[in-house]
Amino acid sequence: MVGLAIKDPNREKQLFASRALALFVIILGLAALLTLRFVQLQIWEHEAYQTRSDQNRIQIQPLPPPRGLIFDRNGELLADNRDTSSLSLVTERIDNLAATLERLSRLVGVTPADISEFENRLRRKRRPFEPVVLRQALNEDEIALLAVNRYQFSGVEVTTELIRNYPYGELFAHAVGSVRRITETDLSKLDPVTYSATKFVGKRGVEKFYERSLHGEVGYQQVETDAHGRIRQVLDISPPVAGQNISLQLDSRLQIAATAALGDRRGAVVAMDPRSGGLLALVSHPGYDPNLFITGMSSEQYGEMSHSLYKPLFNRAINGQYAPGSTFKPVVGLAAVVERVVSWEDTIEDNGFFKLPNQDRIYRDWTWTVNNSGGQGTVDLHRAIYRSSNVFFYDMATRMPVERLVSFARQFGFGKNLSFDIADASVGLMPDPIWKRGYKGEVWYPGDSVNMGIGQGDVLVTPLQMAVVASTLANRGTLVRPRLLLSSDAPLPEIDPPAPLPRVEGPSPQDWENMVDAMEDVVHRGNKGFRGNGTAWFYIGQDISYRMAGKSGTAQVIEIPQGEEYDADLIEDFNKKHAWFIAFAPADDPIIALAVLVENGGGGSEFASPIARQVIDAYLLPQLAAR
Amino acid sequence: MSNDFIRSLPGHERDLRASWFYRINVDPILFFLLSAVVIYGLIVLYSAVGQSDTLFQAQLVRLGLAFAVMIVAAQLPPQVYIRWSPVVYLLGLVLLVLVLLVGVTVKGSQRWLDIPGLVRFQPSELMKIAVPMAVAWYFHSRPLPPSFKDVCVALAIVAIPAGLIIMQPDLGTGILVAGAGLAVVLLAGLPWRWILYAFLAFAAAAPGLWYTLQDYQRQRILTLFDPESDPLGAGWNIIQSTTAIGSGGLFGKGLLQGTQSHLEFLPEARTDFIIAVVGEELGLVGVLGLLVLYLLLIGRGLYMAAEAESTFGRLLSGALILTFFVYVFVNIAMVSGLLPVVGVPLPLVSYGGTSAITLMASFGILMAVRMHKAW
Repeated sequence: MVGLAIKDPNREKQLFASRALALFVIILGLAALLTLRFVQLQIWEHEAYQTRSDQNRIQIQPLPPPRGLIFDRNGELLADNRDTSSLSLVTERIDNLAATLERLSRLVGVTPADISEFENRLRRKRRPFEPVVLRQALNEDEIALLAVNRYQFSGVEVTTELIRNYPYGELFAHAVGSVRRITETDLSKLDPVTYSATKFVGKRGVEKFYERSLHGEVGYQQVETDAHGRIRQVLDISPPVAGQNISLQLDSRLQIAATAALGDRRGAVVAMDPRSGGLLALVSHPGYDPNLFITGMSSEQYGEMSHSLYKPLFNRAINGQYAPGSTFKPVVGLAAVVERVVSWEDTIEDNGFFKLPNQDRIYRDWTWTVNNSGGQGTVDLHRAIYRSSNVFFYDMATRMPVERLVSFARQFGFGKNLSFDIADASVGLMPDPIWKRGYKGEVWYPGDSVNMGIGQGDVLVTPLQMAVVASTLANRGTLVRPRLLLSSDAPLPEIDPPAPLPRVEGPSPQDWENMVDAMEDVVHRGNKGFRGNGTAWFYIGQDISYRMAGKSGTAQVIEIPQGEEYDADLIEDFNKKHAWFIAFAPADDPIIALAVLVENGGGGSEFASPIARQVIDAYLLPQLAAR
Repeated sequence: MSNDFIRSLPGHERDLRASWFYRINVDPILFFLLSAVVIYGLIVLYSAVGQSDTLFQAQLVRLGLAFAVMIVAAQLPPQVYIRWSPVVYLLGLVLLVLVLLVGVTVKGSQRWLDIPGLVRFQPSELMKIAVPMAVAWYFHSRPLPPSFKDVCVALAIVAIPAGLIIMQPDLGTGILVAGAGLAVVLLAGLPWRWILYAFLAFAAAAPGLWYTLQDYQRQRILTLFDPESDPLGAGWNIIQSTTAIGSGGLFGKGLLQGTQSHLEFLPEARTDFIIAVVGEELGLVGVLGLLVLYLLLIGRGLYMAAEAESTFGRLLSGALILTFFVYVFVNIAMVSGLLPVVGVPLPLVSYGGTSAITLMASFGILMAVRMHKAW
């Protein structure tokens, strides 16, 4: 070999030794670099990493406060909380997701909708090992099945939380309202600290108005968790403070009676104690089951509910705005007396129609269609009420300036929300010339006043407002604010007591008594022939054991134009007049006042007054029997 | 001369025990240092496996096997290694080609050969020893420092298997195999000037190389510079390991007390990232202690290599011990966030058998070279 000839073992060995030494120096240099790095991490930046390690390990977890309970006046639970369990998956711990889903759906009910929702949630950004919800509202059997089969599944978890529960379901949906799942939009408005653990927020009714008190205060626990977010130990805990329990004025027995009295008709019943303003019943039918908004429903279910022609989500009692019809007549009558355009003794001749001077248009009495026999004859204010003479009130409304009538009427709460704790109530509409010019661009015609005399035209009221009118008449002029709250364990921050309402000014005590007498005759004056009976006597007055004062009303509807969208029978139905009845009892010392509205119900005396009678019976008879 | 070092130690007596070591061709100093590293590693591992007896015992068995492999390797005379070097190398090349043709694909890389009836194994692991052996064999009969032609041949010996491994693709192992081969070239007396040129050439080519990398490899490099850019994905490992190390401080949180590892924030705590457990539980003191043990081991290894009588023995021993340091450095630098994450276990400490057996085999070769005096 050529190489062998010039190979020099000693030189090679020395060369190697010098190389090895040089490399060892480099090695020491690199070791020094590592040392420097560890000194940096462990000495210079130690505190930052210590904090970071603690932040990793120690989590401050907010604890949701149990929501305050809601009771009725008799201590019946209207809203409480219950446990619900959901099934979550930690996909990082699952080797074969499809197979796990397959096996899980054989064990508990998992619908394709659940799976597609789950896949949506899975796509969102989240921490590794964070559980993703697959199914909510597991029942007892499903929880037991999952517990028994737990060893077969890795990465499958069952978690439990408290959710709102409405034991009466649909019955109080519109009166108590409901909570809904907090959405992105809600988050921007809610206090992030208070709501850090909360999943639901009051969105309707009492649940919304008293949200602050019902919610309670968030608690915290300091826990040591592993990287998968599982709690290893609780280091410190500051428990949440439960929300306030509140009792409402509502009487569940009366709510049930009022709902039963309405039956399957669309409408509303608002009953209140005229002495306190406490709302004893607040029914809007049809309703919905508020529990569905908590446990979840399919989009078809929700779509059906929100697009239904019968509007189950719409709270007719506080947001339904209708012409008051003849229930407005007591107000017009009192205004006429106060304005001295009529006295209780004055009479007019009711020939069944009314004409303005120099005009051809005929305004007819309601009896035109019932019994075209030439009107009600000689009527005074008293008879005009119990016979509900249109002609009399057409005349009264034109005898005074419309501004005077309107300003008198507004004292009863028309065009306002007088309620104590129903923030969402609609205010209706009490039109006047200024409104008409501004809104319709037209001047006020005398015909507008004529229509207003019988509660038609542009006047709009809610059942709640008419219940206030009924209780004001019952109180002989003293207004009370309608309220849902009866009591709470401690003062509620929501309550900034509104100013007391002034009495209705103008009518003398005798005027009030005369009006109440006339309204009593609506119910009790009977056996005197068609022109002598109170309008409601035939339907409710024949066998009544206590004195009730009432006034019926039949309101015209804004007609739905004929079209292909709805079938003709349905349109005919929706074009029927609305039936009203306002009443209070006992007439001389009232403890209940109410307003009943039946949408497209027809005549008020025939269709709405029996409902009012049933509700008052249910409230009054047991109390009268007890005396 | 071989005993000068031992004789120079203070108070040294050539006792029975030492002579027993010599009789089975085991260098006592290297043996004690290896044992110290392994025992230290086992203590940390006991914590890292969550005090699991089954895992701990499995590792004990593997380490026992690795020591046995070392002792067997120490018994073979260097002539055997030199004779078999080209054969083993060529066999390794054939296996690497087979891997590319019929290998088993795991996580997107073809690294494994599946021999029916036998376990799967990675031919690239064999090349970690076979490549430096082949280069040392090539230089053994040629004059040193090497001529330009010899360096080119040596580079080809290194480049072919390294290229085949990178094609799997397994860039990390490919670079380590290439490093082991290049260490031989370096030790053979490659002029420093050429090394400097190579460095400059690499630096110039770096931007171009970037485009040849796989997406995941680029991601790892980018993550190194800014782990917070993807804290839940690629950055998670490095954030958690630096947090573990940094939170350990000077003396650590105490053995078995590491929260990062025991609460499973630290991934791969018992394998590639075990130095973070050392840093967290035993602190800077613990890390430096282990580093010192490694340096003593490497110092002893280099000394043994320098003392070897044959060119082959020197080059192979020196290259193997340098490779050992590369593993130590790459692993610790990667876990502490100085290098991109590559799959290199911490030598003799990380849980697992393959790497420990390969390493102990190379220490066996070191002992064989030293103890067979003629070589």
